[in-house]
Amino acid sequence: MGDYPSRSENATAGDLGVTESHTRAAGLGVSPSSYEEPPFGGGGALPKKKRFSMESGFRGLSVGAGAMVLVIIVAIAVFLISKAVPAISADKENFLTFKQWFPNETEPRFGILALAFGTVLTSVIALLVAVPIALGIALFLSHYAPKRLATPLGFVIDLLAAVPSVVFGLWGRDVFMEPVRNFSEWLNKYFSWIPIFGGDGPFGRSVLLGSLVLAIMVLPIVTSLSREVFLQTPGMNEEAALALGATKWEMIRTAVLPYGKPGVIASVMLGLGRALGETIALALTLGVVFNISFNVIENGGNSIAANIANAFGEANETGRGALIASGLVLFAITLVVNMAARAIIYRRREFRDSAA
Amino acid sequence: MTLLQNEASDVVMTPDNIRTRKLPVAYNIGIAVAALAIAAAIVFPTGIGNWVLVVVLGVVFYLIGLQVIAGRIEGPRAARNRMWQAAIYCACVLAILPLASVVWTLVSKGVSRLDGDFFGSSMNNIGARDPNGGAYHAIIGTLEQVGIAALMAVPLGVLGAIYLVEYGKGKFAGTVRFFVDVMTGIPSIVAGLFVLSFWVLIVSPWFNNGTPQFSGFAASLALTVLMLPTIVRSTEEMLRLVPGPLREGAYALGVPKWKTIVKVVLPTALPGIVTGVMLAIARAAGETAPVLLVAGGAAAINFDPFSGGQQSLSLFVYQQAADASRYAPARAWTAALTLVALVLVLTIAAKLLARRSSLR
Repeated sequence: MGDYPSRSENATAGDLGVTESHTRAAGLGVSPSSYEEPPFGGGGALPKKKRFSMESGFRGLSVGAGAMVLVIIVAIAVFLISKAVPAISADKENFLTFKQWFPNETEPRFGILALAFGTVLTSVIALLVAVPIALGIALFLSHYAPKRLATPLGFVIDLLAAVPSVVFGLWGRDVFMEPVRNFSEWLNKYFSWIPIFGGDGPFGRSVLLGSLVLAIMVLPIVTSLSREVFLQTPGMNEEAALALGATKWEMIRTAVLPYGKPGVIASVMLGLGRALGETIALALTLGVVFNISFNVIENGGNSIAANIANAFGEANETGRGALIASGLVLFAITLVVNMAARAIIYRRREFRDSAA
Repeated sequence: MTLLQNEASDVVMTPDNIRTRKLPVAYNIGIAVAALAIAAAIVFPTGIGNWVLVVVLGVVFYLIGLQVIAGRIEGPRAARNRMWQAAIYCACVLAILPLASVVWTLVSKGVSRLDGDFFGSSMNNIGARDPNGGAYHAIIGTLEQVGIAALMAVPLGVLGAIYLVEYGKGKFAGTVRFFVDVMTGIPSIVAGLFVLSFWVLIVSPWFNNGTPQFSGFAASLALTVLMLPTIVRSTEEMLRLVPGPLREGAYALGVPKWKTIVKVVLPTALPGIVTGVMLAIARAAGETAPVLLVAGGAAAINFDPFSGGQQSLSLFVYQQAADASRYAPARAWTAALTLVALVLVLTIAAKLLARRSSLR
């Protein structure tokens, strides 16, 4: 993506992709009927504007399609709120501070606190693991790897972004759990004096497993976006740094990283958005415990999205409303994160076109 | 050259003494071997871990040793350069490992049920002790849901992109563009909840004697919400790449704007638009969460997306993963392999198409 020439060069290449339709006679669209009245002045020679034409119809259609996006976003908020409000008002506890989730009982009691905490905790750990590795790969692909290796490797990374989350979840539960359990037991044996590695077990279906699976899923997104940004570094800046005697790493630190900083921040936040909303992978790997604990290796952990997938099957009407209310909180969180990321990208216009 | 010779006529200029000294490759390998040996010597006698810890410690020792020894020979700056390069290569290897494991597991576990029965039968009347049962109904469901979603999302998305590129000016277009980008990041489960609260709980009772009804069409609606921003973004990018002189040539010949767009701009950008659409379809085919909430997930074959629950491949994987039957994991992995194959074929075809496109 980063290799095509700039817009201004492209714009002059007028013979690109001329299709057969150009060889037809021009002016098919102007109906002869509009020329019937002889004009008095020069300006009257232009065709009269009809009240309804294909032009205004097509324009209206496309404006409507554009507005549809806004309508959908507003509709999401409106419908989620309309279903969430009755459930929250039926809640016997404070929705924002209660930690348990019993919405299906005759006296429904549920709260978002433990879920929101789990969502943020898993996402943050996943990003802490994924971002340094992703930036390393992005730098490898953009500046270290020979082109013969970088192109197929970049292709593979793009393919990995397309692998469905349920596959990663299944892999995490059936394959990855065993090594993570062994690792957790090892951590517990030697580092149990650190609170996050404490506890008496059982280990395995833990925040650590969920976060690591999440990290693997976020990795391709952060990598491909950061690579795009690193590739866009002006060659002049890099050459100037090298010409002043900088080593390759110094060139990257002084020319590539500062130039790519806004793009990298944006890609990390987009990865965060994906991590916050990830559902199925976490529903398959987390231990589903409603508490607030920083212990990352003991069975446990939960997140808003995973809880929706897990609890939806046996939810009654209030239960559904409660799940929709928790989804509304998730929607609000991701909306804020995404808007912040986009605002950063928009501040640097040159990143806008690549960071889709 | 004469200047150099004049200043130090007794020094013979050779490649060795005009360049800074380089760390010999043998030293590099030596540091790596020594680091691994030290790590093994620490780990195995004390019994604090297995070979994984040896490798991890070995890498750490290698980075430190490289920094120290290269710093002696080449100077601190070059040493830091080497250390970061080694760290970046390590990151690459570290990331490849789990991904290779995913692929290997998919293939090795997925082939066990890759038979005609799997693709020819549904899960209807399949109990916990039956080893057979297949994903025919799920494949039907995925194709129908994604197909309907594409029918809704593609015209809407392409028209939206046309608005942004050809007509959109001023604040409203900026707002639309911004929210298209924001919409890209909406979690799939939120899209599912939206369709649940809007279509399943509010609209569908009108058609179904007052009881809410899960259906494949509801899943299509949720997938449309997810596909729309992706299609708008990719189409917008492709339309912007269409050279301006093409449009101006058409205007100069008196072709109205809408006809210029339909007959000139769209055909020129078509390969790129198709690529974007295929990537969006591939992404939608793999979505589980929205389908889980609104499609119902029936065990029998249901060709009608508008009434009754429908299965989808990704949901089938999730349900089989949660099933207690000892034959369920094999079904789950084979369905996962099928799903990944479907998604990857779409993605690879889209990428190849993009490479052939004249605009990129």
